[in-house]
This record gives sequence, C-alpha cells and structure tokens, in this order.
Amino acid sequence: MTPFTYARADAPDAAVRLGEGGARFLGGGTNLIDLMRERVEAPGALVDVSGLSQAIEETAEGSLLIGAGVRNTALAEHGLVRTRYPLVTRAIVAGASAQIRNMATVGGNLMQRTRCTYFYDVEGSRCNKRSPGEGCDARGGFNRIHAILGASEACVATHPSDLCVALAALDAVVHVEGAGGARTIPFGNFHLLPGETPDRETALEPGELIKAVELPPLPIAAHSRYRKVRDRASYAFALISVAAALRVEGGKVAEVRLALGGVAHRPWRAHAAEAALVGAPASEASFLAAADAELVGAVPLRDNAFKIELARRTIAAVLSDLSEAGA
Amino acid sequence: MALIVNGIEAPPPADPRVSLLDFLREHLHLTGTKVGCNQGACGACTVIVDGRRVLSCLTLAVQADGASVTTIEGLGTPTALHPLQAAFVEHDGLQCGYCTPGQICSAVAMVEELRRGVPSNVTADVAAQAIAATREELRERMSGNLCRCGAHNGIIAAIEDAFGLETAA
Amino acid sequence: MSIIKGAKARAQGLAMGALAKAVALAPDSWIPGSTPDPLIRRRSGHTGKPMSRLDGPLKVAGQARFAAEIALPGMAYAALAHATIAKGRITALDTAAAEAAPGVVLVMTYRNAPRLQRPPVFMSSAKAAWGDDLPILQDDQVRWNGQPIAVVVAETQEQADHAASLVTAIYAEEPAATAFAEAKSKGSSPGSFMMQPLHNESGDAEKALAAAHFRVDATYTTPRHNHNAIELHGLTCAWEADGTLRIHDASQMVAHEAWTLARIFGLAEEKVVVTSPFVGGGFGGKGLWQHQVLAAAAAKLAERPVRLLLPREGVYRLVGGRAQTEQRVALGADANGRLTALIHTGFTAKPPASAMPEPFIVPTRSAYAAGAMLLDVQVVEVDGLSNTFMRAPGEAVGTFAVECAIDELAEVAGIDPIELRIRNEPDKDPVSGLPFSGRNLVEAYRLGAERFGWDRRSPAPRSRREGEWWVGMGCATGTYPYYRMPGGAARITLTAEGATVDIAAHEMGMGTATAATQVAADRLGLDPAAITFNYGDSTLPGTVMAGGSQQTASIGASVVAAHRALVAELVKLAGNDSPIAGAKPDELSCRDAGLCRADNEAAYESYASILARANRPSITVEATPSMPFEMMHWSMHSHSAMFAEVRVNAVTGEIRVSRFLGSFDCGRILNSKTAASQFRGGIIMGLGLALMEETQFDARTGRIMNPSLAEYHLPVHLDVPDIEVIWTDIPDPHTPMGARGIGEIGITGTGAAVANAVYNAVGKRVRDLPITLDKLL
Repeated sequence: MTPFTYARADAPDAAVRLGEGGARFLGGGTNLIDLMRERVEAPGALVDVSGLSQAIEETAEGSLLIGAGVRNTALAEHGLVRTRYPLVTRAIVAGASAQIRNMATVGGNLMQRTRCTYFYDVEGSRCNKRSPGEGCDARGGFNRIHAILGASEACVATHPSDLCVALAALDAVVHVEGAGGARTIPFGNFHLLPGETPDRETALEPGELIKAVELPPLPIAAHSRYRKVRDRASYAFALISVAAALRVEGGKVAEVRLALGGVAHRPWRAHAAEAALVGAPASEASFLAAADAELVGAVPLRDNAFKIELARRTIAAVLSDLSEAGA
Repeated sequence: MALIVNGIEAPPPADPRVSLLDFLREHLHLTGTKVGCNQGACGACTVIVDGRRVLSCLTLAVQADGASVTTIEGLGTPTALHPLQAAFVEHDGLQCGYCTPGQICSAVAMVEELRRGVPSNVTADVAAQAIAATREELRERMSGNLCRCGAHNGIIAAIEDAFGLETAA
Repeated sequence: MSIIKGAKARAQGLAMGALAKAVALAPDSWIPGSTPDPLIRRRSGHTGKPMSRLDGPLKVAGQARFAAEIALPGMAYAALAHATIAKGRITALDTAAAEAAPGVVLVMTYRNAPRLQRPPVFMSSAKAAWGDDLPILQDDQVRWNGQPIAVVVAETQEQADHAASLVTAIYAEEPAATAFAEAKSKGSSPGSFMMQPLHNESGDAEKALAAAHFRVDATYTTPRHNHNAIELHGLTCAWEADGTLRIHDASQMVAHEAWTLARIFGLAEEKVVVTSPFVGGGFGGKGLWQHQVLAAAAAKLAERPVRLLLPREGVYRLVGGRAQTEQRVALGADANGRLTALIHTGFTAKPPASAMPEPFIVPTRSAYAAGAMLLDVQVVEVDGLSNTFMRAPGEAVGTFAVECAIDELAEVAGIDPIELRIRNEPDKDPVSGLPFSGRNLVEAYRLGAERFGWDRRSPAPRSRREGEWWVGMGCATGTYPYYRMPGGAARITLTAEGATVDIAAHEMGMGTATAATQVAADRLGLDPAAITFNYGDSTLPGTVMAGGSQQTASIGASVVAAHRALVAELVKLAGNDSPIAGAKPDELSCRDAGLCRADNEAAYESYASILARANRPSITVEATPSMPFEMMHWSMHSHSAMFAEVRVNAVTGEIRVSRFLGSFDCGRILNSKTAASQFRGGIIMGLGLALMEETQFDARTGRIMNPSLAEYHLPVHLDVPDIEVIWTDIPDPHTPMGARGIGEIGITGTGAAVANAVYNAVGKRVRDLPITLDKLL
C-alpha cells in the first residue's frame, strides 16, 4: 500500500472536515483495504468513520433511519428489519461471509466497487474505470460476471452489492453531508451508469459523507424476497439476484417492487417490469412477460448471454413464489 | 491507547498500513493467525474482536486500537485445549492445519451468533427469534472459512460435538 | 526441450523400457514384495487404528510454526515485481523510485542478481525435480506473463510491497502463442510421461469402432486448475557464517530442494539445509519454483536473512497448476456391452520449457479389457507459466473423460453402468499384460452400490423431482497407481526407552507421521508413544518426494530395510547367552519392546536387556530398500467406486451435491481416521473440479485473470455434504504393509460421478468442465 495517514472521526462534521483534500472515508474496510492492497486505490489519507452513527431508529413518519456505521450483521438481525423489510435481511445474509458482514458497514456497502478482474489487475490490464480513456480489456475477455443492462462502450462492469439491490427495490433515501451542508439523494439516483465516465460511480460530491440510509414505510415490503444465484452455494458474488415485493388483489398484481443485481453498473430497479405487472394477472405468464419487458434491451457479451435467460427465470420464480405464498 | 490481545495490552503500530493480521504475526509473533489470501477471500485470518469474528487481513491494526482481540492462542494451549480445539483433533477436523485456527476462531463466535438468533442465508424464516442448529445452518455459517484439504465433515462434526448441538442433516 | 535433451530422454526411456521387460519376466522371488510383509498378517496392532493425528494439538492451538513464521534476527522482507507481457524483452527497467522508497534495503533484478545455474529439469537426475529449466532472473528475457522481474528487500513487508509497486519496466514484445486453439492449429507433438511415450496402441481401434454394435464418440475438455493450498508459498532463509544456506520452507521435496539449490548456487549439497516440518497443503504445488531461488539470492545480496511470502496473486503468477486438456473418448462395444474399441486421445497445453505434459491417458491403460485400443497424448505449446503436477495428474481429468463416456455407452447399450463396467473388467493389465497385484474393483462397487442405494436410481433422466430440484445419481470408477520411487532410506536409533525413525519425508496433512508411527510401533514391537518420527529435514536420510501418493510405500520399504538391519545388529549384540541366540533376522519378530523367535514367542529378550548386556546406550542403523522393481513386475493400482447424488435447480441450473460415497480398494488402510480424511479431501477437490474450478487464462495476453480465492472458486462448507467413505481393506500382497497410497485417488472418478449424476438428473451431458449453471440453462 502507498503510505497514508489515518484518523478517526468522532462526529460527522469532524469527519467531513478531516476528509477535505482527498481523504477517503473508511468503514469496515472490507472493500477499500483490499483495493488499496491491490493498488487500485491509493489515498493519502483515511478517515475512519466506522464509529459514527451506529443507530437504527424509527422516525415519526414511520421510516427506519439506519446509521451509515451500522454493521451489516446488526442491520440483518434487527427485529424491525426482519419483520418489515425481510428482503433487506435476506440480501445481507446472502452476501459475503459472516466475518465480512460483521465488519462491513451500511455506508461502505453503498460504496463497493466492481469485482471485474480487469479492474483489479492494475499492472496488467486496461480499465477505463481505473484509468479513464485507457480502454477496457473486459469487453473482449472474461466477462461472465459482467453487465447485460445499461453498459457502455467504456465499461461493462457490474455493481457487486446484495444489500443495494434490496435498497433499490425499497426506494431508500441516502442522507449525506458535505462541506456545503446536508442533503438527501434518492437511492435510484445514487449509483450511476457508466456512460463515458465509468470512474464516476455515485452521485456523491467530493468530500461528501454518507450519514444514514432511510427505509421509507412500505407495507408490501413485509412480503418480500431476495434470491441470489451464484457459482457456489455460499460466499460468492451474484451472477443474478432478484429483490422483490408483491401484493396481489383479486388475482391481479396490485403493487410490486422489483430490482436486479449482477446485471448492471448499478443495482437495477426494474421499472419496465413493474409497469408491465401492475394490473396484470398474477400468473407465471405475466411474470415472464414482465421480465421480458425489462430484459428487452439486454446486450450480452462473449460469456454472459446466459444471464438474460437466468434473470428471466429467476424473476418469474421469485414473483411466483411471492404470489403463491399469499401476496 | 492500545489493543488488548488475549488480555495483554499492545500499543498499535506506528505505520497505519500494518494490518491487524501482520500486527499479530510480525509484531507480536502470534503466528497462530494465518494468512491465506490477504484479501478477505479465505477466512484463515479470522480472529474475534470485541466478541465478533472478523477478518484480521482487512482490518488495520490501528482500527482495532482500544478493542479486545482474541486469537487462537487465547483460546487454549496444546496441553490445555479449548473444548473445540480438542474436538477438532478427535474428529480430524484438520489435515494440514493451516486454515484450522481460523476455522476454530470462526466457529467459537459463530455459535454465539447462532444462539443470539442472527439469521443466515439458509434460515427459512428470518423473522423467527430462535434458529435451529441444523447441519445446513452450520455449513452456511462456516462458509467464510475455506479448507483445501477437505476437512469439512470433521470440522462440522467437531463443532456439533464441542457445543453439544443436536443437528439434523 | 532441446533436441539433444529430447534424444537423451528417449534413450533413457528405451533403457527403462528394456529394464521393464526384463523385470516383468523375472521370477517373482527376485522382486521386492514377493514375500508378503509380515505386518500384513498382524491385525491386532496399532496399524489400521483410528489414531488422532500426532501434530493435531499443536496445529489446533496455533503453535505449529510454518515456514513464513520463523523469525530470524536481522530478517528483512521481500516482495516481487512481475512482467506483464507474455513474451519479449525488457528494454528499460526503472528501479530508482523503489530504491529510494523508505526502508528499502535493495532491489535485485537480472542486472545485479548473483549468477546462477539453470535449474535441473525433472527426471534429468535422481534429485532433479524442477518443472522447467528456465533461467531465474539472469537476463532481460520475458518468458511468461507474470514472470518475476525484480525482488525488493526492505525492513518491513509494507515497505517492500509498496516499493515493489514502484518498479517499472518497458518491454519489446514478441509474438507469443497464448491461444490454445490457434496453437493447436499450428501443430502438436507426442507427449511423454516419466520418460515413457504417452501412446499405446493395440489392434485397429478406429476400424473396430466403425464396426461396433454400440458406439459413443465425444470430446471432453478440462480447464487449467490451481492447487490453492491455503498456506501461501513462502520461505525464510539465511546464509550462515559457515556458508550454509538454511531454508525454512513449505516443501514436499526437501532433499530434492537442497540438492537443486546447491546446484543452482554452485554449492556442495550439504551446504544447503531445507527444513519443512509443517506444510500448509501441497497437492503437487509445493515443489520448486522461482521464489525459493529469488529469496536465497536476495538474502545473499543483502547479507541478511530474508522472508519471502508470496501474496495469493504471486502464487498464481509463479506457481503453475494443472494444464488444460481436450480429450476424445470413443468407445465401441458388442451387443453384450463388451468393449471392442477404446480410443482415448487428445491434446494438452504446456509451455515449451515445461517437462510435464498432463498425462490424461495413464488411468485408461489399466481400466478396461478392450478388443482394440488407441491411447495418445499430443502436446500443444502455449506460452505461459509452466504447468505441473496437481493431485492425480492424468487421472483426475482422464477419468472424467473416460468414465463419462462409459456412462454414455451404458445408456446407449441399455445396460446399468456398474454392470457395464463389471463386464469389461480385465483379468490382467490390458496394456502391459502384467498380472494385477490386487484388484477388487468389483467388490468395491458391490459394497458401494448397496450402501449408497444405487438400486433406487432410475436409468431414465428427469425421473425424480423434489420441488424446484431435479435429483439424479451417477457413478464412476476412480483409479490411481501404486508408486514407489527410488531413493528411500531410513535411520533407526534404538534405546532402552524407544526408537527414533529418521527419514526426509513430509507431512502436509496426509497424516504421514501418524501412520508411520503406528507402523513403526508394530514393526518394532513398541508403543506408539515410544516412537519418535522425524521428517521434513533435508539432512535426514532418503530422497522421498511427497508425490505420486508414494510416501507411505517409500517410508514403509525404507523402514522395513532399516528394521532388518536393526534386527541383525541386535542379534549380533545379543550374543550366545540370549534366548534369541543364533537366529537369523527372518526367524525373529518384535514384540513388547524386544525380540522373540517367530516360531516360539517365549524365546524373548527385551531391547533394554540386549543393550544393557552389550553396554550400549543405543544403536543406530541406516538402510536403503531395494529398487522398486515390483512396479514393473505387477500391475499395481488402487481403485474406487464413486457415487454421487446431485440436485439441479430447474429454474436456475444451480447444482448441489447432496450425497457422495466413495468405496475404495487401496490395499490395507493404515489409519482409518486420517485415511478417511484423505479420501474425503480428494473427493472434495473433485467436487471443485466438477463444478467450479477454473484458472482463467486470457488467450490474448497469456495472463491469469482470476489470481484470487474470491474469483477462483473452491468448494465452501455449504458445497460439501456428508461424504461417506468405505474400503475393502484387502491388503496388497506385494507392497509394504499391504498398503497402496491414498492421497490422490479421491479426486479421480469424482468429476465423472458428478457429471453422470447431473445427466441422470436433467438429461444433459456437460462434457466441458466445470459444470456451471449456465451450461444447464
């Protein structure tokens, strides 16, 4: 690792102050320390914010406000999360290992970077995300785990988080604070598509700190699923994942939330599928049609065409499961 | 400030780059904690920090300043083994022995998580407060600890035995 | 390999071939193993018992110090910089920034490295074990993508790692052959293994195939694999005041390593001492690679002890694994399912300098009685890191192809796959014509099928569905030869209290030391607690590689020889007043810490008594066993019947192995606890081979793109079901203790058993490993 300074922040405003001048905020370190050791990142200063805001509180409006420093395990095992937003618990426990979940913070989870192996190969591969304009070796190389939706000529990487897929489905709100003050960012706007600037991954301004993530009240979330498909039974990143919540009335879809993981540069909220579903019969045919509506624009690469069919089937299976379980 | 390692205070390293793993191994010569990947992918470096199992390779030693760290050396010694250590020997939950300290530290903390009711990816009802210790639960919860020799069956048997877990396959 | 070396190898091969013929025809009584080891008869001793591994308490307490955990005074830390092109020349190498970085002691490149001899390639001499003969940091040539180009030595690991990242190189690239298909289209050459051509032919197999009543003909492909022992490759080394190079290493060949490093550094052999008491997994990977030489050279240059622990990526860049293969298996059978043609041919990739083509036809030679046979391995040269042996080289991937093909033939012929195999059991070795020393595969199948519930399998695919999951069963034969390499030797020191056995063998988790202690206890008539087994030190007797599952045989034969010498010595010391006076060694046996007449146990004297009377505190003997001619006189192979039950998700194609059973015929089992672990360990690595393992080699650049345990998937706990292992326990009459090696057989047949079960579940043949879910959608 390149030498750096380390400081612990005891309050958000102190963290923002310490973070001025290009420091990186350090949460659980499960991704950032790895990236620094692999030389993908070389910050001159780390500000440890893992001790900040570890509370999970219910607001007057019925939201759940989750401090950015809350560890993944703590979020997954929280009673209100388990009953009101089981897909959040499910998404967390589907990710990484227990040790990593004990370390990783909610804020850090949003900041995870792609697992593209060309991105990681600082010495030997070209990557526009690491070195803008350099070129992308993934496009013509091993890209089984890469994007089928929303990719660009510059970048075909995927976002690796499980939790973020659930948050995308729930319309979470990200609370941030920077030198210019505090603001909120709707989750759907937080992660960016790669476009011409795949090095820019989030809507955060330089120096802005994630303080909390808010889960708005959403009754149908109590009836929700997260299903992850991967190459071994545990401790592997998603090939495809599906987060969904569903309410059926009189045999028709009354309300639905659907998001996909492992398919794009950001957690993918399936708006097209949702639009196709509302009012449609709660049947496998509808579910497959909705999946098709979402995947119509999917573009396969050399190794990942299977993801389109896999996503289609998994979406339909999750929705069928929710429907049969009495949505 | 200091780290408290197996009950003994140790001042943090001057170089913040030093991982908790290298701090234990190179500075304190506690080499029972193993390095298998240094990238959070194998679990060999698992230690218990303030009661939680974590990866010492992805923890900076300075981050653990003020925390209480338990390593394999803090659980037992060859002549006074922790019950789980003894069960690993009895059930042959090891071959080369390299992933073993991580497996053991992980399992000790895992059982606490299970008793606390932390759900896992194979838990049928995540809303349930109590979770049955099925063999599948143990396997899922230990999946962050790789073993290349293939001692998996013995490891699970040792955990069941040492903690008196009645599991169903 | 050069033309001259090729000619030399061929000449040696011919000489070996001539010797093999002579040994094959020699009378049994001339051959080691013709008289069964007396321990085979003894069933009441320690041998075979489930003794817990002796180093267990140390390992579970974290007190076993591995190679990179030895701290030497004044030690510095090393880190490597690697080339990023497949082939070419370094035109500029800038080390100034690295040299100026904090804490840096030195930067070593080809410009300032000590002049070193090229490594002696495997089989070029008795102790030569290097996989290639490429020079090590001696010139500006780049020969593979990932080759070390600089070694940075610094006061701390953090400083060394950072400084290594500051080394920059500019290259003049040369065209490299990095794509297998393209290289194959340009031609291939015949492969050879252990100096024998990888080619066997009898009859006209193609003609017999064309005329066969039933036929299958398919291509199977297997990718590159890496050993991925959890312990990283690393060593701590120092040049001592007397010029001795001391290496604390993780090695499965300490004697080979000491000899080889002495050659490379131009030292007398005894001036290199390699110790390796604990090895955190080997599987063929903990041999000789450049890091050992680089660390020793850096220590020499720095005049300080040096620790070099490769990061996981560094292991992938420096330590080769199993090569990829493309195998054709074509089987022809008559109306009764008897094989009339067996064709197993294909290609494997290796770089030009590698001496180790993947010998995938080896298991097929002794597998089936077939009317006509054609076996052939062609080598395709691909520029990259040298490949090497990995657990069951040849057998692991060769059995995948053949045992899947047998399953396909069984379906075509409408015969149960076990019955088909039994119908084609050979009564002697089909290729060599030698008699089998012990072959009880049919018994293993009988035991395994009954225990596994094979009769519950429906031969028709897609017959069993549980919820979202299709369930299927499959079986396959595993096999691995008995090996005993030349070079064994053992020293026994006997005192009134017990015995010490010294042999330069290895313990990498196989339970070697524990089993050897049990056997030595029985052989010497001592309690296991009275035996000290020393190993993992190049100064001990013997050149015993932990490879080819041969350690047990080599140790066994060496201890037999040393024991014989010991008994002879004791008889001499006992003199005329002893109850054993005048007996020949063969007429004596050991019991209760003493010697007795084999035909009269009452005629006994204790070791303590003999030593005391002779006024000797101890006696020491050392002996070497005879050459392993038994391998040329009998066809010696272990076998297994492997049974898998898998579940395939109908929605996602995800595969889970829900049950597995291995039924083994491996001679006598020496420790039922550690042996079961060895079998399971091999099977679990086989599950990885079947379902998830692949080293991704970028055909554009020759660069490994998943040098990480996060992207190279090993099975995790949840991938591993309860694995049942059973064995025939029928001793091999011609091996020490009646045992055959068990370290590698578990991985053989496993891939095919899983693939056949997948077919039974969903009706899809996947002939391209690993069987990932996308291949089932």
